[in-house]
Amino acid sequence: MSAGLAAPAVVLTELAADLRSALAPGRVRTGTTELALYARDASNISGSAGVVCFPLTTAEVQACVRSAAQHGVPFVARGAGTGLAGGATPLDHALVITLTKMDRVLSVDPVNRFAWVEPGVLNLDLTRHVAKYGLHFAPDPSSQQSCSIGGNVANNSGGPHCLSDGVTAAHILALEVVLSDGSVVHLGGEQPDSTGLDLRGAFVGSEGMFGIATKVCVRLTQNAPAVRTMLMDFETVEAGAQTVSAIIADGMVPAALEMMDQLCVRAVEEYIHAGLPVDAAAVLLVEVAGLPHGLEADVARIVEIGKAHGAGTVRIAQDEAERALLWKGRKTAFGAIARIKPNYYLHDTVVPRRMLPEVLRKVYEITARHGLLVMNVFHAGDGNLHPLLVFDKSEPGVMERVHAAGEEIVRASVEAGGVLSGEHGIGLEKRDFMPMMFAPADLAAQAAMRRAFDPLDLANPFKVLPSAAACSDVQHVPDGAWV
Amino acid sequence: MIDLVQFADEVGSDGPVTITGLGTRGGPVEGERGVHPPAGIEWIQADEMIVCCGAGTPVDELVAALSAHGQTLALPAGGTVGGALAVGRSDHRRLGCGPVRDTLLQARYISAAGEVVKAGGPTVKNVSGFDLCRLLVGSRGTLGFLGEVIVRTRPLPQHSQWFTHATTDPFDVFRRLYKPISVLWNGSACFALLEGHPADVAEQAATSGMTACDGPPTLPNGSRRSVKPSEVLSQTGNFVAEVGVGIVHHSLPCVVNSTGEREAALAVALKDEFDPTGRLNPGVHP
Repeated sequence: MSAGLAAPAVVLTELAADLRSALAPGRVRTGTTELALYARDASNISGSAGVVCFPLTTAEVQACVRSAAQHGVPFVARGAGTGLAGGATPLDHALVITLTKMDRVLSVDPVNRFAWVEPGVLNLDLTRHVAKYGLHFAPDPSSQQSCSIGGNVANNSGGPHCLSDGVTAAHILALEVVLSDGSVVHLGGEQPDSTGLDLRGAFVGSEGMFGIATKVCVRLTQNAPAVRTMLMDFETVEAGAQTVSAIIADGMVPAALEMMDQLCVRAVEEYIHAGLPVDAAAVLLVEVAGLPHGLEADVARIVEIGKAHGAGTVRIAQDEAERALLWKGRKTAFGAIARIKPNYYLHDTVVPRRMLPEVLRKVYEITARHGLLVMNVFHAGDGNLHPLLVFDKSEPGVMERVHAAGEEIVRASVEAGGVLSGEHGIGLEKRDFMPMMFAPADLAAQAAMRRAFDPLDLANPFKVLPSAAACSDVQHVPDGAWV
Repeated sequence: MIDLVQFADEVGSDGPVTITGLGTRGGPVEGERGVHPPAGIEWIQADEMIVCCGAGTPVDELVAALSAHGQTLALPAGGTVGGALAVGRSDHRRLGCGPVRDTLLQARYISAAGEVVKAGGPTVKNVSGFDLCRLLVGSRGTLGFLGEVIVRTRPLPQHSQWFTHATTDPFDVFRRLYKPISVLWNGSACFALLEGHPADVAEQAATSGMTACDGPPTLPNGSRRSVKPSEVLSQTGNFVAEVGVGIVHHSLPCVVNSTGEREAALAVALKDEFDPTGRLNPGVHP
């Protein structure tokens, strides 16, 4: 099989015909408009889809994968398409296997606190579904209204509340997976320890390159008996960042610890009118959750630490409506920026908390040097930066500056002892940056994992691993990719 | 950073070799050439909630050092850090502290080819590449020998106390508690470890009808069974079950559940990729 070379049109026609007989014909699409729609995810990296299909069952996913293998066409599993790193961008006219129609919550077990769901279930829908049991699904990415559980598994997604509750990998108990040869495996289990290697753990975060998850057993988390949400403002970004480190150093782990800088606060305030402090250089959103006495003690201590670092006003949400409003400010930040410039590029790196002041200084310096506007809205408690470069792409030469600044930001984060991505993944976007963090032997080990799961090299090839590690000399980076 | 070159030289690139720390979790493979991983704490960063140490560092030594920084960690007591990770068995605090597999953030290990390889990264949030760390935890040294690790820590609790209550329905107690660290049940009584603000701990104990006690019951060590959490209710004989987790410590041995054929083939494929000649801890099966 000549992996990596685009399949000729006749092969795609045959593949589509096979799929139409395996699935209902209406669930196999080859129209120009639909292929264009599925040629990218929420990143700005476009590829090319050969055929798009919508299986309803595990058996249908197996049929899709087997047909792809038979015709030597790579396949890309796709959830809601909210990924930001090009992980679901199909290359070389790949078969796009869309899981959005597999969207049933199969069972909820409130005693054991887990649920079996299909991959197309949306993150927030799951939490709403189990709310009556006083439970929720802890990972809560900003896209939680529209992202799918299958996508969360593929990207090991995070979110503001991962500071105390952990990322997706800590909340996946078991998986039913279709491998690239069409076989079905069961990884992990309802029991806490499985015999043998932790294949479940290895699969989470594999960005669709190990197979397709068709059923997911998620751990459900107890809702906190009490929650307090507060907003503190600071005259400098450094003071806000130092407060974050000081809170953790004091032995507290808040439920969430989020930061927005001035440009972001102003954009959000114009958008939602929450009475945010628009004159502050930085705003810290802190949420503590738990039992009442510990909660009040933590709130008092956090306010004290904030004041010691020069916090101006401290606003503590007085009711659920005010809490929701403060969170709305955080979660709609990306919608608000459209008021400033028509386009944005969202970055995602992690640095040690103690390095936040220094790396933020560098982010401002780098973007200023490239003549770009930057807004920072991020998971400060995790050291997870999200610099948002805002621009107008009709401006000549601006994309080059956006890409150059982005690379410098990633490099500065890794040099500060951080990592390439905290929650968006590597996909195509950062594939060729992997050597910033990993030596050839490290990358070879990751490539070995992938070969064990997908020796056929058909599951979402050419993502994550730079070409040398993926044992291929083909450079499949489409136009618009940031490399 | 610990210099792993010497350790890599000792492991070498051919011939069978076995690793051992303090020998508390099974020790080396008998009759094979043995190596010991480097020991020593490199740094503790309480404000990052991480620690970096040699895999040969005793867990108890690390716990003592961390406590001076107001931190602790989720590894079971005894033996070495590398041994605790390689075996991957969580202790009775898993319910509240999370499983051992979630604690390893970064590992530098020696591969079957004798190379130093890095897996993961130093931050809790990290999706840079595939999660090799999760594969290493519980792999019993069959994919690589851990040399140096970065492990996540957690703040020491303000207050910590065991409580007990006679009951045949441990889930009744379990449901009333918010994020307990451990809930154990032996068929007739529940034991719960609660942490946090002293007033919260006292209120939680009161609302679940529990009274303070000295500590947990002794865990029978005939076998360690892994069952769906609600199945602890159907256990018989002399046992202590971890409620909400599904680990049962039983006085009698048990048959280990086997994995499916295709799953086993995946594990074999991984072993073949990482150690094609089967030289690392020969005969050991995770």
